Amino acid sequence: MLKITDLVKRYGGGDPVLKNLDLTIEGESVVSIIGSSGAGKSTLLRCINRLVEPTSGSINLNGTELTSLRGKNLRAARRKIGMVFQGFNLVDRLTVMENVQSGRLGYISTWAAVTRRYPKDDIRRAFELMERVGIAHYANTRADQLSGGERQRVGVVRALMQEPDILLADEPTASLDPKTSEQIMGLLRDLAGELKLPVLINIHNVTEAKEYTDRIVGMRYGRIIFDDKPEMLDQAAMDEIYAGSPHADRSDDMAVAS
Amino acid sequence: MSAAPRDTWSKPPFIANTALRWAVYLGAIAYFGWVGLTMPIDWNRVAEGIGRAGKIFGGAFPPSFDRSGLLIDGFLESLKIAVLATAGGVLLSIPIAFMSASNVAPKPVYYLGRAIIIIARSFHPVIVAILFVKAVGFGPFAGVLTLIVYSIGFVAKMLAERIEEIDFGQVEAMRAAGAPYLSTLVYAIFPQIMPRQIGLTIYQLDSNLRASAVVGIVGAGGIGATLANAFGRYDYDFALAITIVIVGVILVSEAVSGVIRKRIQ
Repeated sequence: MLKITDLVKRYGGGDPVLKNLDLTIEGESVVSIIGSSGAGKSTLLRCINRLVEPTSGSINLNGTELTSLRGKNLRAARRKIGMVFQGFNLVDRLTVMENVQSGRLGYISTWAAVTRRYPKDDIRRAFELMERVGIAHYANTRADQLSGGERQRVGVVRALMQEPDILLADEPTASLDPKTSEQIMGLLRDLAGELKLPVLINIHNVTEAKEYTDRIVGMRYGRIIFDDKPEMLDQAAMDEIYAGSPHADRSDDMAVAS
Repeated sequence: MSAAPRDTWSKPPFIANTALRWAVYLGAIAYFGWVGLTMPIDWNRVAEGIGRAGKIFGGAFPPSFDRSGLLIDGFLESLKIAVLATAGGVLLSIPIAFMSASNVAPKPVYYLGRAIIIIARSFHPVIVAILFVKAVGFGPFAGVLTLIVYSIGFVAKMLAERIEEIDFGQVEAMRAAGAPYLSTLVYAIFPQIMPRQIGLTIYQLDSNLRASAVVGIVGAGGIGATLANAFGRYDYDFALAITIVIVGVILVSEAVSGVIRKRIQ
């Protein structure tokens, strides 16, 4: 279970990007976060695995307080949080297998990583997952030879190699065409079910959010203003989520701003 | 009612302030005028020099390849100096480049790395060679040390700039997976900088071969030392032979390195 309490993130001395945010993700649900650009969706996701340092508040994953971790403990906690990126963030010049195995870097020694002596179990798991998403025949292909959808599949497999307790996806389909985008969303939903894995997806495409996820969280400039089942997201709620201006919303009280 | 259509536009001047603009232009002209008038150019000495140059070139023709053994030995030594210095310089450049890349190094380390590069770059190889010849004596060892410093100044700087340009998303992905520091470097950064690294190494080998001829003149071994001796003994014909071979070898090495670098990038 992921429990975020009173989370604040402020870049420099400016207005907070996340304002006293609370969010709980239980069980194996697929949750999407929607909101306009700059609403803080990406910052929220990155606070969870500490790619972004939260200013204050608490993030608790299965009993581990993440905000206070440092060094080795932080790396150990990150192993349990998979992440899928908008730009895939694959290492272009390495093979698909090396990219997939890079999800295990937190588990294996640097020497094993450098010499590419991956444990047998890891290789087996990699082939199983690559079979599952249909990229096993690319194992020896360089990552930059793949199409966008295939690259994102590599990204997903890399994250799953971590044997994560939760999967974060930061606009995983924003760089893909509509058809591929739906395939990836479907894949994320199915894998979440198969692996009993909670998934948190930032997404711009509201139609996909409604179709592929169990719960929608609407963010507006640092706050959560909608949190319910997809069918409850009506036009009024949509307008509310995508209204407002960053500055007014972040600095003033909501009542004044809207 | 609408305003008159605007159909004229001129590019804003380079410096917006008119007074400042003219002050800069006039200042530049005045400085060049002053330099031209005050530089001590003695035309009599120029005239004498032309005569002397004629004598040197007269003595240089035809070039003499009689002592080709000496020539070949000098070149082999230059090549050894260049290869050793490139290997040493590039190996040292890699950690220094990582130290000097602001996106991967902490601030104090970054300043230390930049300081090393600035010091390595601030002296021309000839000056460094003079220092090393004083320190370790005449010969190729001084040449190797000189060119190691020279290689660091160039390779570490260019490599650090490449590291600063990497796609940081790949580093982020490794961090998000909980990868330790060295594994992150090896997986997310090395593959991205590898083509540049190889290109720089080949370029530097070529450049070191050229520089080894120059530093030899101040006593750091190699073909430069042979050339300096030939001049010292007024063997202008041998000196010309050496010069021709240097030009030839550099042309060949530049062509080869150009082809290799094009292949990898």
